[in-house]
Amino acid sequence: MQRLLFALPLLLAVIIGGFAVWGLQGGRDPSDIPSALISNPVPQFDMGALEGAGVPGLKTEDLKGQGLTLVNVFASWCGPCRAEHPILTRMVEEQNLRVVAINYKDKPEDAVEWLDELGNPYERIGYDYTGRGGIEWGVTGVPETFIVNDDGVVVHRFAGPIVGDGKRRFQEAVDAALGGS
Amino acid sequence: MIPELGQFALSLALMAALVQSVIPIWGAARGNTVWMASGQATAVTQAVLTAFAFGALMHAFVVSDFTVSNVVENSHSLKPMIYKVAGTWGSHEGSLLLWVLILALFGAGVALLGSNIPAALKARTLSVQAWISVGFLSFMLFTSNPFERVFPPPLDGQDLNPLLQDFGLAIHPPLLYIGYVGFSIVFSFAVAALIEGRVDPAWARWVRPWTLVSWMALTGGIALGSWWAYYELGWGGWWFWDPVENVSFMPWLAGTALLHSAIVTEKRDTFKAWTILLAILTFSLSLFGTFIVRSGVLTSVHAFAVDPERGMYILILLGISILGSLALFAWRAPAMESGGLFAPISREAGLLINNLLIATATATVLFGTLYPLFLEAITGEKISVGPPFFNASFIPITLPLIMVMGLGPHLSWKRADLPGVLARLKWLGVLVLVATLVVGWLRDGGPLLATISMGIAFWLIGATIQDWARRVKLTQSGAWARIKRMPRASHGMSLAHLGLAVLMMGAIGASAWKTDTVSFAEPGTVVQIAGFDVEFQGVSQERGPNYIAQVATLNVTREGEYITQLFPERRFYPVAGSTTTESAIRQTLAGDLYASIAEPASEQAEGLWTLRLIYEPLVNFLWLGSVMLVLGGALSLSDRRLRVGAPRAKAPIGATPAE
Amino acid sequence: MKRLLLILCLVATPLYAVEPDEILDDPVLEERARAISADVRCVVCQNEPIDSSDAGVARDLRLIIRERLVAGDTDQEVFDYLVLRYGDFVLFNPPWKPSTYALWIGPFAILALGFIAVFITLYRKRGAVAPSLSAEEQKKLDALLKDKS
Repeated sequence: MQRLLFALPLLLAVIIGGFAVWGLQGGRDPSDIPSALISNPVPQFDMGALEGAGVPGLKTEDLKGQGLTLVNVFASWCGPCRAEHPILTRMVEEQNLRVVAINYKDKPEDAVEWLDELGNPYERIGYDYTGRGGIEWGVTGVPETFIVNDDGVVVHRFAGPIVGDGKRRFQEAVDAALGGS
Repeated sequence: MIPELGQFALSLALMAALVQSVIPIWGAARGNTVWMASGQATAVTQAVLTAFAFGALMHAFVVSDFTVSNVVENSHSLKPMIYKVAGTWGSHEGSLLLWVLILALFGAGVALLGSNIPAALKARTLSVQAWISVGFLSFMLFTSNPFERVFPPPLDGQDLNPLLQDFGLAIHPPLLYIGYVGFSIVFSFAVAALIEGRVDPAWARWVRPWTLVSWMALTGGIALGSWWAYYELGWGGWWFWDPVENVSFMPWLAGTALLHSAIVTEKRDTFKAWTILLAILTFSLSLFGTFIVRSGVLTSVHAFAVDPERGMYILILLGISILGSLALFAWRAPAMESGGLFAPISREAGLLINNLLIATATATVLFGTLYPLFLEAITGEKISVGPPFFNASFIPITLPLIMVMGLGPHLSWKRADLPGVLARLKWLGVLVLVATLVVGWLRDGGPLLATISMGIAFWLIGATIQDWARRVKLTQSGAWARIKRMPRASHGMSLAHLGLAVLMMGAIGASAWKTDTVSFAEPGTVVQIAGFDVEFQGVSQERGPNYIAQVATLNVTREGEYITQLFPERRFYPVAGSTTTESAIRQTLAGDLYASIAEPASEQAEGLWTLRLIYEPLVNFLWLGSVMLVLGGALSLSDRRLRVGAPRAKAPIGATPAE
Repeated sequence: MKRLLLILCLVATPLYAVEPDEILDDPVLEERARAISADVRCVVCQNEPIDSSDAGVARDLRLIIRERLVAGDTDQEVFDYLVLRYGDFVLFNPPWKPSTYALWIGPFAILALGFIAVFITLYRKRGAVAPSLSAEEQKKLDALLKDKS
């Protein structure tokens, strides 16, 4: 009994050490916050169209019964959005995916110019100048991309640009979502 | 050439450490005095070599040698000289070199100053210390070489993070590291004692000065860090229960418990296993702190260069030393328990409760800090554990501790007369109650708990002073002679306990009764706060050595009377491309008037400034209390008895009152 | 790397902690708003409350908190609103629920175990000292008492 007591600190240290090893494993990003929306229906929102983009706005109903949809949150002032845009565009075209967008805290003319330059793969673009729509979605920064299934349920959230290794991980998530629905 | 010499010196230091890690301890096992004595030479050699390497790196920073990549990444030719020097420990590699240097210096300190320590214990201690050195030196040489060259050398450096270009922060890391790393020697003493299988009052006495030095440095380091956050970050906060803050606080708490438990071991030859355990845990928590800060396992507001790969290396080092020592503890400590008996009401019992509460507080901070990691590993859920949790769990543990702290020194060793002590403190109790009611009546809002805590702080002050006065028989003639004759450690205790009470008053005042205002300002705007009228007179642009500053002029008056002018700044550092806030503070003992400016967020506020004013009552008591803690430690350290080495087996108990 | 990119995004819209134009006219509501935002963690920063955060999202959340308070929400409803969108992560004050039972009970369980250990120690140490003092101890005690008085 007494021996056990003296071994207690060792035991506790081993346990804490185990968690520390787990915390160091590759691929874990401590600052990554899981989205609260996963497995929930998309939030109620109704965003007007981005003026001059030539596509309609975005609201909750647009994401129901339309098959798998990617919801990409972007802004023209965001460098990484520019980096991921061609990759996302190619992905969508090659795999025949439906993609819509939320234009986050942007000036309409800047956003339109950005789309003119880089191309517009989006079927609909919700214009969110105040960032309020973004908050409904629990957006923490741009770019972010959500995967919404046919029932209008959010199945995945990808924070950060879809480039490099991110592209592979995002593709896996898309494949998983396609397989599931 | 000099950087290469520095690196070479490090390799030689590793060799010295390797020799030291084997020969002395082997000598101790075989009773070979020459081998045992070799530890002293190698310890000094190691210290000289690492000091040379450190000097070489500092030289590279001072002359802005941009062929060294560490200098490129953390310095700039226009930076003021003091920050060039401080840049030496501003990076991961440089701070690791500082870490190794302090490790070696403490080893050399024991080798040179510990002439009264038995040869075998000293040899074992130096060898254990060398094990730690070997770990960290090889870590540095293999993964984090501070002397790496870059070719072709760039024209200028990338500058040190401007937030860190600050006097307080320039000396904060060295102090913190002396604290962290200083506990290594206590750890080495503990492991050596476990190997030897013997702990006696003399052991506790040898360990005590080293514990005190480290504890003082850590106290100073934490206080400086807190002070820096207070004036630099621009929102007047000084403690946020952030993981990085918590991991520096835990060794401090454990070290404090160790200081007290070691007294019992020294005076009464008991609590042996517990003292040893605390010695091991204090350094383990320091190591763990280094791991948390550098691995990025937890997210913290204090940005640091994090790297999971290095984290793994540190974790392995940490695993070997912590698990190894705790296993040794589990194996050897059960045989160690001890003689000294005491009644449930006695100084020993008081210190036992003190240790229980401090240990619980430490465990609480550790648990709260790591809980998000535990939960994420088990369920994948991410939560935050922030100030509300720590306030709700830490404060209820600390308040009783402070109450016991006032009482403890009044209790005599072995068996105390509680009714007598309480009768003695009766009038003090009444006085404290009255003072608390006055505070309650004067206070303007704020939680009731703040008033109660204030009362408890008063209690600690009163009880400490009364204890001191009683011991020196202040009211009788010849008090001055008695004050001088009384052991300094005893005065040190009183001063440190008072310091804690003062610090506590600062913490209460600055968190419970703080007021702030935020407003848009243009020339002529007047803002009222805590009885002051603050007039914003405008902003002018000024150039610093490596930044451009926007300096606001604030005219402060109270009831029409001129008080002072304040000049909060916003600094832009073009090389680093970042902006910092330089707050302006009018400091008085009663409270600080704290001002900072920022560019408004809203586009409608073009041409205006955001002026943030905070009034923090009693905030300077925090720093004053910290200084008193450190001075209390220094007084104890200067005690002659700590330097007289030979264990005077039976010091007359009556002559060594409270510590 | 990803974190770095996110930070770059944020730098593009520099904003600072609580702004004058966010402040409500009603001082009671404003005080509640400040108290709430001191306990809400900024989702893009490392470990800061939105009350003192410079991030854009933090400002948006501060404004939303105030709007909801003006609309008559209780504090709890405001927290629930945020948790629905950002999860428990944003609460610095972890909610009382199965996954945090251990967290909230932990410190007090540690304290209780510690007290038990202390009582056992006190009992054991007392066991032998109680009957009588040895001659030597008695002498010391006398010396002690003499010295103290």
